[in-house]
Amino acid sequence: MSTFLQSLLIAVRALRVNKMRALLTMLGIIIGIAAVIAMVAIGAGASKMIADQISSIGSNLLLVIPGSMTSGGMRSGSGSSQTLTYDDARSIKAECPSVAEAAPTVRGSGQVVYGNQNWSTVLNGVTPEMVVVRDWALASGRNITQSDVDGTTKNCLLGQTVADNLFCAADPIGKVIRIKKIPFTVIGLLGRKGQSPQGQDQDDVIYLPLRTAQRKLLGSQFPNAVGAIMIQAKSSEVLKKAEEEVTALLNQRHRIGPSREVDYSIRNLSEILAVSEQSSKVMSLLLGSVASISLVVGGIGIMNIMLVSVTERTREIGIRIAIGAKRRDILLQFLTEAVLLTTCGGIIGMLLGVAGARLVATLVGWPTLVSLNTIVIAFAFSAGVGVFFGFYPARKAASLNPIEALRYE
Amino acid sequence: MGEVVLLRDVAKVYIMGEERVEALKGVSFSVSSGEFVSIMGASGSGKSTCMNVIGCLDVPSSGAYLLDGVNVGERSNNELAEIRNRKLGFVFQGFNLLARTTARENVELPLVYGRLPAAQRKARALAALDRVGLAGRESHYSNQLSGGQQQRVAIARALVNEPSIILADEPTGNLDSKTTVEIMTIFQELNRQGITIIMVTHEPEVAAFTGRQIIFRDGLVLSDSTGRPGTGAPLVEARL
Repeated sequence: MSTFLQSLLIAVRALRVNKMRALLTMLGIIIGIAAVIAMVAIGAGASKMIADQISSIGSNLLLVIPGSMTSGGMRSGSGSSQTLTYDDARSIKAECPSVAEAAPTVRGSGQVVYGNQNWSTVLNGVTPEMVVVRDWALASGRNITQSDVDGTTKNCLLGQTVADNLFCAADPIGKVIRIKKIPFTVIGLLGRKGQSPQGQDQDDVIYLPLRTAQRKLLGSQFPNAVGAIMIQAKSSEVLKKAEEEVTALLNQRHRIGPSREVDYSIRNLSEILAVSEQSSKVMSLLLGSVASISLVVGGIGIMNIMLVSVTERTREIGIRIAIGAKRRDILLQFLTEAVLLTTCGGIIGMLLGVAGARLVATLVGWPTLVSLNTIVIAFAFSAGVGVFFGFYPARKAASLNPIEALRYE
Repeated sequence: MGEVVLLRDVAKVYIMGEERVEALKGVSFSVSSGEFVSIMGASGSGKSTCMNVIGCLDVPSSGAYLLDGVNVGERSNNELAEIRNRKLGFVFQGFNLLARTTARENVELPLVYGRLPAAQRKARALAALDRVGLAGRESHYSNQLSGGQQQRVAIARALVNEPSIILADEPTGNLDSKTTVEIMTIFQELNRQGITIIMVTHEPEVAAFTGRQIIFRDGLVLSDSTGRPGTGAPLVEARL
């Protein structure tokens, strides 16, 4: 330990002698580490932005959609079966312990009219749980209530895009619009949610009470059927468990067995999230590896200067060996010097990188994330660069012939 | 008195490309404890090579070199480093102090490699500096000292580990005549205190300070004025 401390002291002194040179040598590492940290931070910020966008759908979501239907030997596509019902949704919420909310929905489209404006939009029949599951705050007005659903009231919530197109800047609350020629009262305005990860405008929608939509607008031969059930698990940890519970429950309710095909399917929306996150991670990695090339270049600079330093101090090395320094002592001394250079550069680079990331965040408004991980890795990497590029010069110093070294002018 | 240095038929051959250079062609002599020996000779006579062998910086090609009765020829590099550290003290022509380092730290250097704790290092370094008359100068940097003072720091560095021998290679080569006498007087004083000193020089006036002169020529010992142990008469008047 004291040997190490001693070499550290010698190294500090050697570097202090040539402050300017030490600083310039460090510059390569400083730039390298700063670039890696800033790039990774920007990459991580981009990832987070994508992840936020994805979670705008709602978090910890499972989507149950009906399976295919076979009638007269003809198989329709997935979602065509009419066996998924509002009752399924209610019993999922009641009987599955890992499920926080279950929001059934039917979906259609239609023309809406207000005054001299008209617009074609998506009509969603929903229950009060929908805005909870989708984590969708109301801009004004009130949510659809259970009594709206049970009483099949003609109330509706407007998405921002619909409100913009029908009302321009005017307040839509309390106004009566016609949806497929049936008058509906606007009771609330949904907040702006923006694009979905697939690029769809999530605000181009009207929410109606579920039963109203089922009976009055999207009339079908199965008035109780729903198009999908959105399920929110209590946490991301129990998402898998929730999926199993819902599967078991629906299998039981739909009497799925050897003689009966599964008539629904469950999609895990976080899997989509995982894929997108993967792609942004690849981007971060790419940015980081490009930046780390500059680290390697900085390392070569260190090696160059260390070689010069060994040549310059040949006589000093000769004295040390004559006085009784072992090869190991000399090797350790020069290696310590190189590592000290790179770690100092690493620390300065780290500070600059973090500051750079902050600057980008404030100037461009792009979120940046500096993780402890990157800092630790960058620090370890800069020390590693010191060992790697310092080893050859240090070995050269240690293998000097003392007689020649002492005679060196 | 025991033999501190014993060379038996020591030869050293350098192979430089195609050429074989016989620097030492079979040298035998011994140095007893407490002697003050000068090795003289023209350049190329083999005196420096002999000094390197005695200093354990080089190993003989053939023959045997015993330092304190230990055969040095069969030692590893690390063992040689330890021997240099414990049994030998070096004084060079060019002083060879570390730049931008205080006198005390220069003197402490052998103790650093001898893994001594800091407090002991400091005490011994100060004592060594005192022995060469540099007490009070311990925190001067090497470049703040005159040539003679620097050489005295170098002598203190050679002394600090209480070695069996001090080896001096042209210790007065870079000094004026007055300082030369000063340094040689220090060597004589140290020798009187019982320290064995072997010194390479090409100046007869300097060699005259020593008790025994060995003269080299063409890799062999030409003459050896053995039989005059102790200290020779200083020829101060002759030099001034």
